[in-house]
Amino acid sequence: MKHVTRLAASAALAAGLALSAQAAAEVKIGVIASTTGPGASLGIPYRNVYTNLPPQIAGQPAKFVILDDGSDPSTTVKNARKLVDEEKVDILLGPTFTPGCLAVSDVAVEAKIAMICLAPVVVPPAKMPWVYSIPQSVPVMIAGVVEHMKANGGKTIGYIGFADGWGDLVLKALEATAGPAGIKIVASERYNRPDTSVNAQVLKLIAAKPDAILVGGSGTPATTPHIALKERGFAGTIYHTHGVIGADFIRIGGKSVEGTIAPTGPLMVAEQLPDSNPIKKVALDFFAKLSPAYPQVRNAFSGYSYDAFLLVQGAVTAVGTKAKPGTPAYRQALRDALEATKEVVGTHAVYNMSASDHNGVDQRARVLVRVEGGQWKLLK
Amino acid sequence: MNFDIALLLIQDGLTNGAIYALLALAILLVFAVSRVLYVPQGEFVAFGALTLATLQQAKVPGTAYLVAGIGAVAMVVELVAALRERRRQGLASSALLYVVIPTALLGLAVWLAPQKPPLLVQVLLTLALVVPLGPMTYRLAVQPIANASVLVLLFVAVAVHYALMGLGLVFFGAEGWRTPSFVSAQVALGPMTASAQSLLVIAASAILIVALWQFFGRTLWGKALRATAMNRTGARLVGIPTEASGRLAFTLAALFGAFSGVLIAPFTTIYYDSGFLVALKGFVGAVIGGMTSYPLAALGAVLVGLLESFASFYASAFKEVIVFSLLIPVLLWRSLMSRHVEEEHDE
Repeated sequence: MKHVTRLAASAALAAGLALSAQAAAEVKIGVIASTTGPGASLGIPYRNVYTNLPPQIAGQPAKFVILDDGSDPSTTVKNARKLVDEEKVDILLGPTFTPGCLAVSDVAVEAKIAMICLAPVVVPPAKMPWVYSIPQSVPVMIAGVVEHMKANGGKTIGYIGFADGWGDLVLKALEATAGPAGIKIVASERYNRPDTSVNAQVLKLIAAKPDAILVGGSGTPATTPHIALKERGFAGTIYHTHGVIGADFIRIGGKSVEGTIAPTGPLMVAEQLPDSNPIKKVALDFFAKLSPAYPQVRNAFSGYSYDAFLLVQGAVTAVGTKAKPGTPAYRQALRDALEATKEVVGTHAVYNMSASDHNGVDQRARVLVRVEGGQWKLLK
Repeated sequence: MNFDIALLLIQDGLTNGAIYALLALAILLVFAVSRVLYVPQGEFVAFGALTLATLQQAKVPGTAYLVAGIGAVAMVVELVAALRERRRQGLASSALLYVVIPTALLGLAVWLAPQKPPLLVQVLLTLALVVPLGPMTYRLAVQPIANASVLVLLFVAVAVHYALMGLGLVFFGAEGWRTPSFVSAQVALGPMTASAQSLLVIAASAILIVALWQFFGRTLWGKALRATAMNRTGARLVGIPTEASGRLAFTLAALFGAFSGVLIAPFTTIYYDSGFLVALKGFVGAVIGGMTSYPLAALGAVLVGLLESFASFYASAFKEVIVFSLLIPVLLWRSLMSRHVEEEHDE
């Protein structure tokens, strides 16, 4: 009798161990998204991918722990610490705005956990081991605009952008790429997102007589100078950045944004890509998988979220059973696997990471699109 | 810079200045009557613009539900207060103001919105939907602490600003809207052409300002407001209900805010949080007027508009710096010119 009890006890113990081993095998993915505050219009599509993906990754059970930071970098940092210390996540995805990324990168380095920032940020070498940022860098995108302009014989360009970090980034990228291409920047103006009028800046731009104008804005506020330029009769090409791609830009801009040229990730025009482009299949799969639960899935931000998921999936597969999720060894293994990413096809790019490149995209991550008949069309 | 450009800049500055002037007057009015620095004034601008934009798409604007919701909350607060004071008087008028009218407005909006009524009806409906939020804000946030210090009232105003902005995000969403121009013609004015829309804005603002002036000068309520602004205790002694004055001031401020929103909606894309910066420029105008003089505040706001326009032309990256730095010399000058008055301690 005693014997049987001991047997049962050891069986129960074994079962318990097996259970806990299985529970520990769950990969925990921490997500920080700005679903309220000024960054909400981007943060919500970023988040919706993770709320609609099935809870597994590379055949292993997975759990997405999603926190909102209200577009406030100090809350972002608090969230990151909570995810690392209390939730014991294996990897961080997000945040979804650049200042938040910069703030959290210190936490990632200190806690030795890999983070894939979903907003564009230039990762300094000191933080390189742990911090990744997958959106196409601004120079990659703007170089496309400059190439197009050069091919069409443009010699001078005017610039008007937001009076904030984004406007600075775009102007710097333009200065870096326009000079070598023999294009001169003849005017450079700034405005604020909520400005009721940009007529003064537009008058000055037109007085400088540029062949083309680049608007360094994003979202619907980028239409403000565009509409004013058209009202004052500017006839040259108006280029925009990848920050404007979406139906809302055309909804607000209407007829006046017809003919706009902008760079973007291939995902936005997936159907129009040639079949030879590997990104086409991945992007269409992504739409098919998520659109039943999330009909507005076709946007750049959800694409970045999904690409980050694909990269993690690749890393989880590579790590396999070499380490247990929830341990420092697993975090280290995930980071190493991420850095070894080779030719992972996403919805925006084909990713190749290395010890010195934690962005991982090349010119395959950029296409030019033009507004034709109220639609974004691939420019061939 | 040539003469043409200068004329265009002046036109632009005057158009924006006219809107800032409306907001400056509203901020000044509320401050004079209730001592509240009205930070949420900008939210009414955004609500006005977004409500009109929603109506133009033949949808029911979020403000319709918002008014009904906040009205219900105000009614509950009113009932609790009445119960505590064991009084029944005033409840009927409160029910009318906080429940019957908002519900009627909600019904009207649901019925009218899908029919795409003419623009004038849309504008009137927009004003009708947004303006009741003014007195409701007063009832909920200010009336219970009407005798607190200016600092406490400022904190509460900031809180109301954040609350209304958050509600704006919930009811209108994070994306911005822009309405088509009311009139698209260009008018030749001597050596320049002005857009009819700009002239409409300037004219509408001027009419509203003159109406406010007449209201203060000729009506009993206007005089009551002025009396409350000059001396609250004295006004109460001669039988002016200060709560009603406060409510009226907030109603007028909401009207001015919503009207400015309707006016600027065709010029730019308005977001749920766009109003704050616009109202802040109106505030700079009001400060130039020393927070006491209506004509000086209006002039100051027009000056802000002109300065902004020229600053955008010469140094667009520093435009806001230039506009808000204007406060420093103005405050210096005013503090040198005015004689020092002891703070009132009897409040």
